[in-house]
Amino acid sequence: MAQLTYRAAVAATLAHEMRRDENVVLIGEDIGAGGVFKTTKGLLEEFGPTRVWDTPISEQAIVGAAMGASMAGLRPVAEIMFSDFYATCWDQVANEIAKVHYMTGGQLSCPLVVRGANGGGLGFGAQHSQAVENWAMCVPGIKIASPSSAAEAVGLLAAAIRDDDPVLVFEHKALYGSREECPDGEHVVALGQAAVLRPGSDVTLVGLAATVGLCRQAAEQLTGDSVDAEVIDLRTLVPLDAAGVLASVRRTGRVVLVEENPGQLGWGAGVAAILAEEAFLDLRTPVARVSGRNIPIPVAKGLEAAVNPSVERVVAAARSACDTAGPAAEMIRN
Amino acid sequence: MPGPGMLSEERAALQRYEQMVFIRLFEDKVDALYRQGQVRGPAHLGQGQEAIAVGVGSVLQPGDYSIGTYRGHAHALARGTPAGAVLRELLGRSGGICGGKGGSMHITSLEHGYMGSYAIVGAHLPIACGLAWASKIKGTDQVTACFFGDGTTNIGAFHEAINLAAIWGLPVVFVCENNSYMEYTPISQVTSVPQPAADRAPAYGLPSVTVDGNDVDAVREVVGHAMETARGGGGPTLVEATTYRHGGHSAADPADYRSETEVASWKERDPLLRARAALAADGVSEEDLEVVTARASAETQQIATAALEAPALDVESALVGMWSDGSAQWRN
Repeated sequence: MAQLTYRAAVAATLAHEMRRDENVVLIGEDIGAGGVFKTTKGLLEEFGPTRVWDTPISEQAIVGAAMGASMAGLRPVAEIMFSDFYATCWDQVANEIAKVHYMTGGQLSCPLVVRGANGGGLGFGAQHSQAVENWAMCVPGIKIASPSSAAEAVGLLAAAIRDDDPVLVFEHKALYGSREECPDGEHVVALGQAAVLRPGSDVTLVGLAATVGLCRQAAEQLTGDSVDAEVIDLRTLVPLDAAGVLASVRRTGRVVLVEENPGQLGWGAGVAAILAEEAFLDLRTPVARVSGRNIPIPVAKGLEAAVNPSVERVVAAARSACDTAGPAAEMIRN
Repeated sequence: MPGPGMLSEERAALQRYEQMVFIRLFEDKVDALYRQGQVRGPAHLGQGQEAIAVGVGSVLQPGDYSIGTYRGHAHALARGTPAGAVLRELLGRSGGICGGKGGSMHITSLEHGYMGSYAIVGAHLPIACGLAWASKIKGTDQVTACFFGDGTTNIGAFHEAINLAAIWGLPVVFVCENNSYMEYTPISQVTSVPQPAADRAPAYGLPSVTVDGNDVDAVREVVGHAMETARGGGGPTLVEATTYRHGGHSAADPADYRSETEVASWKERDPLLRARAALAADGVSEEDLEVVTARASAETQQIATAALEAPALDVESALVGMWSDGSAQWRN
């Protein structure tokens, strides 16, 4: 076990996969110099310019080239520096990569990864702070992973690189400096399996990437109210471990979905719909959502914090869910 | 078949002519079937542009890649893609090359190195770079030919792609089929340089050359040279081939924005007439030329009859095949 930051875990996993499979190649802006977020540090030095390809500021070329190379048998990992920049190459992601396997009757495949820094919290403003995983979730044909910790970054990125389908990995930029024990050697987390990080019986808190930490902190605070919260790390949006969430919510009867993307059509809306369709009678209170506010991300610290989800908002939503549950809530309070 | 005394080079030239005739008749048949309501979705036809697809196809080697646009029937056929499977795809019948999921605009034949037809203008130029990038990384001598229209030269992906190809020295040949119209609008009306592709390339350090796209031999020579440069590690070239679309942007477009005089003048420069005259000048008999035309006509009719008789697709197939393991589940 080694103590690694999230950013170092990304670099270590890229290196591990590049050593394991010579078809893994990197493409992106400034990656040879280690990357703006230092997630490719040391890779040019170890693997040389035939495996680590610095590009111009040309996101369509980056993602399109990754697609073409994957169709020709390589396993490219493309970096989009800030996930907001997906808007400049969304045609390649949504119209080309997501469709080509299906629309060619299975002739062509895209075993590629596009990864980059997602989400807010660092004061980068409206064009460099968005959580855009919900953009991708609207497009059938791409898988979506978003690690919540350094160890998760190792496991999910390794799985994404080994997957035979295109995977977008949304790394959370506010987590890059976080540090934890990471397994040595092989550590692969299967895509589509949510993790129960804290078992609980009263309410289910569901998070992704940075909101997983909010859920864990909220769960700790809720113990002071004698509320026993279960915390689930969704890990991937596609494939979605709907069964895992449904099983938890059927036990607890209450759920708070905690998502950083704007709530007006965030991933929580999709999960809430599944819960309404398939677990309605198991719910003791309405589905609650804590999301990014439906507004651009401001820069000033207090303003940005007011827009993004917070521990306080998660705790309040969970308390509300438990308080309005009638006799069961009385039992909890007592 | 060609006469027994024919030289191998003449025989190959006659085969190219036959391929051009076949593609013309194939497109004519698609047009007719479209008018009968048999073709599902739009059909962007390439009558008048056959010399480019066939000229480029004839200098590609097995193992090379080619990639094209929604006007891509000819490019697929020029690599040897079975015409029957292409037509069945257009008609939405079983046996279609993409299982009925791609249709006219997405004809693909991996087996023949035709890496797809893409219907978002410009999108496939970066993808072509990726194919060539893979060849460069693997150290193979494969070359990628990338077809696109003049309208593509005004979208961002074109500029990003040719810049990347140039700086990385990728083994790709960009082939612009300049048919004078972006869709309905003359390309000259929306582009400030006379040669929309060839005049832009030098700004990226990309060698460019123009060629008469209605002369199959000229296309062969120019593109063949560019291919050998790329194959030898000499990097990419952009070829702008001047041609003309006999019909509209799609089969639904009567193209009444063009004058009859203009269309007639281009039909005089029909690439099939040109190739036929060149063959005749080289001594190929009228009888041999008629034989290949008759054969192409019979084959077109035969595949159309077979395609129209092919059974409908199993509709259950619509809901599978999104992931590489054949499934399409997004959740458990």
